[in-house]
Amino acid sequence: MDRFLQTFFNPVVAAKYAPDIIAGIWVTLEIAAAVIIAGIGLGLLLACLRAYRIKVLNFFIICFADIFRALPPLVVILILYFGFPSIGIRLSGPMVLFIVLSLTLAAFAEEIFWAGFSSVEKGQWEAGIATGLGFSRTLVYIALPQAVRLAFPPLVNRVLAITKMTALGSPIGVSEILSSATTAQSFSGSATPLTMSVAAYLAIFVPMVIVARWLEGRTAWKKR
Amino acid sequence: MANRPMLEIAALEKRFGSNTILKNIDLKVAEGELVFVIGPSGSGKSTMLRCCNRLEEPTSGDIIVDGRNIMQGTSRDLDRMRLQVGMVFQGFHLYPHMSVLKNVTLAQRKALKRTKAEADARAMDMLERVGMEHKADAYPAELSGGQQQRVAIARALALDPKVMLFDEPTSALDPELVGSVLKVMKDLRAKGMTMLVVSHEMGFARETADRVVFMDGGVIVEEGTPEQIFGAPQAERTKAFLSRVSG
Repeated sequence: MDRFLQTFFNPVVAAKYAPDIIAGIWVTLEIAAAVIIAGIGLGLLLACLRAYRIKVLNFFIICFADIFRALPPLVVILILYFGFPSIGIRLSGPMVLFIVLSLTLAAFAEEIFWAGFSSVEKGQWEAGIATGLGFSRTLVYIALPQAVRLAFPPLVNRVLAITKMTALGSPIGVSEILSSATTAQSFSGSATPLTMSVAAYLAIFVPMVIVARWLEGRTAWKKR
Repeated sequence: MANRPMLEIAALEKRFGSNTILKNIDLKVAEGELVFVIGPSGSGKSTMLRCCNRLEEPTSGDIIVDGRNIMQGTSRDLDRMRLQVGMVFQGFHLYPHMSVLKNVTLAQRKALKRTKAEADARAMDMLERVGMEHKADAYPAELSGGQQQRVAIARALALDPKVMLFDEPTSALDPELVGSVLKVMKDLRAKGMTMLVVSHEMGFARETADRVVFMDGGVIVEEGTPEQIFGAPQAERTKAFLSRVSG
């Protein structure tokens, strides 16, 4: 028992490396926030463009979504970080992590929003078009709010998943939570920093899961 | 009846592939006239109505609204002309994410560019006209079918259309709610609105229509006053249809 506590809950180690882990939390949160904004924004934009049903454009959008949903993000991260410098493109670790995770989230978000658009009744479009709004304004004011509402629950799950993937920054030296913890573990020879990383992830994600659950419960259209 | 035509359908054809839905349709609706279109399902009457604002794209022919051909011009011209053609659907199609008031003001604000105050005032007038002003803040899901359809009529009227198209406006309603919608339509007719109505409400047609058009197989078989069509139909197909519906 003593050995277990010494390994996973050593107070001396914990105190020494706490600032590193806390710094890691901030890096994780910053990258996650940037990825969520860019990924959802790009995904929504692509889904809207897809609604115009321009064949060539849709071909590229569908290819993009399928490829980035199929590829493990770690593979792309490694290629961008270790492969691209050989062709003269040098990106920092956080930048690579941001780009790859944003594109991955965008691919999933596009499909989720598109499913939302597809479930908006045809009559809704017709009502907007018949009242002279035209396609674009019908898209923005009528179809989009309904699609977003339908997309919300699956999107929240995707956001949680992608935020966890910030841990993929650790093999390319991004000092997020996991990376800070493994570094501290190497230096201290104790598993305590890993325990601290577990605590850090729980501190971030348990509130997010609770908020997500609360938001998902509010799906009916009614007075706000 | 000497009024100028407000809506004119000329040599309208609609084909899906090799399947001809509408053949050589000619129909004029004069200003202030209520024209009723009846016919068996699949006769093309809804398709004809939906061609009048190009929700359905005609294969050939002309649709002329108040002297302007909506088959010509840019898509922007088309959107402007659609403002002059109000449409009421069988399924209401109110926007579920907006209050009743917002439903009626959206196109006024975004397409007609009215100010919020103007649009709200106009919306309340129209909601009052259909007896729904007390539900301005409600959401569509909180309303009965008849109430939703009256709001949908107000939404179309708020744009000051020159013609109103009704596509089976009471077919999705419970029988006890039909009357409230027909009353609104009757009131519209009394106020001089030009109306083209596809419906199975034969009693209403007999009572309020200026003219009744019988369609079958994608063509207009016969048209005339309600007395002529219901009292003394000439074509065999009209007789057969009327004896079926009156049971």
